[in-house]
Amino acid sequence: MSVANEAIAGHGPHGAIHGGAHGGAHGGAHGSRKSYITGFLLAIALTIVPFGLVMSHSSVGTPLVIAVFALAQIGVHIVYFLHVNRSAEQRWNLMALVFTAIVVCIIIGGSIWIMHNLYVNMMPGMMQGSMG
Amino acid sequence: MSTGPTIAHGGALALKPGYADNAADALRDLRPSSDAVDFELEHHHDAASTAQLGFWIYLMSDCLLFAGLFATYSVLHVRTAGGPAPRGLFDLPYVLAETVFLLVSSFTCGLATLAMGRRSRSATLGWLAVTFMLGLTFVGMEVHEFAHMVADGADPDRSAFLSSFFTLVATHGLHVTCGLIWMGIMMVLVVKKGFTPATESRLACLSLFWHFLDIIWVGVFSLVYLFGVT
Repeated sequence: MSVANEAIAGHGPHGAIHGGAHGGAHGGAHGSRKSYITGFLLAIALTIVPFGLVMSHSSVGTPLVIAVFALAQIGVHIVYFLHVNRSAEQRWNLMALVFTAIVVCIIIGGSIWIMHNLYVNMMPGMMQGSMG
Repeated sequence: MSTGPTIAHGGALALKPGYADNAADALRDLRPSSDAVDFELEHHHDAASTAQLGFWIYLMSDCLLFAGLFATYSVLHVRTAGGPAPRGLFDLPYVLAETVFLLVSSFTCGLATLAMGRRSRSATLGWLAVTFMLGLTFVGMEVHEFAHMVADGADPDRSAFLSSFFTLVATHGLHVTCGLIWMGIMMVLVVKKGFTPATESRLACLSLFWHFLDIIWVGVFSLVYLFGVT
């Protein structure tokens, strides 16, 4: 407690207000103009390229490539817009994020895996009515 | 540093009834004003960071909600029941425009947060207004797209593919709409109250929410629109 107080008091009254609202507590949650601009440019590029590949019917526009671009863009958003990092203040945010990412992978990957397995093992003729 | 408030507390407890008249004066003497200020600030500091973490946990649980919808869509998107399939249904240039509107709004929302950090009320309100208009454009385009699809007979009860499509995309759109309402309220609050610790904490949460919705949209346009057309 005294360490935290001293750190805040060190900036003087105005600095303390600033630090409390924008500094450590949010783990620099606001970032800087530079980080927003970098993130924005990267995100625009990671959006335009996969759209361009698919719209031009390029042979490179495969689902795998799209997935890589999507994951890269999500990473860019998390780092440059949400400012999640490995600092001590953000430890719980990061842990919650990692946990969520694992659960999301299990839910989506697991669903696809199980339903695909069911489909493959379905007896011929059972799906006649609903096959598209 | 923390001795001020502690002594004030201890002193108040130790005072005997007879000294009650002087208690207020004694407290004032015991507690140097700078320590009192620090104590207050640390309180806000903790409250703000707890609020942020709590909101983050909400976002993560919302993420799980979307994971369920994404999983449903990825299982059902081939079940078109002889109705319209993704390939002929989606208009990619239109979706790209929607995507760019939402992405730019995410960027301007970040600029609003930076303006809040500089304590510039007019810049914060300006960027929030830009973000609001871009978000409104996104929702408007999505509603238009849905109306167009329904008019063409591709309504939610046509096939399992369309049910899961409308559920996933409309849930995202509903989140964006809620974000717009929240943003409108925050603009009124900033005009009326200026930057208080409460408004700042709420604006920081709103900004997290808005960026989070953009991340979900990356999943939507990749899985639904781009995968659907390849």
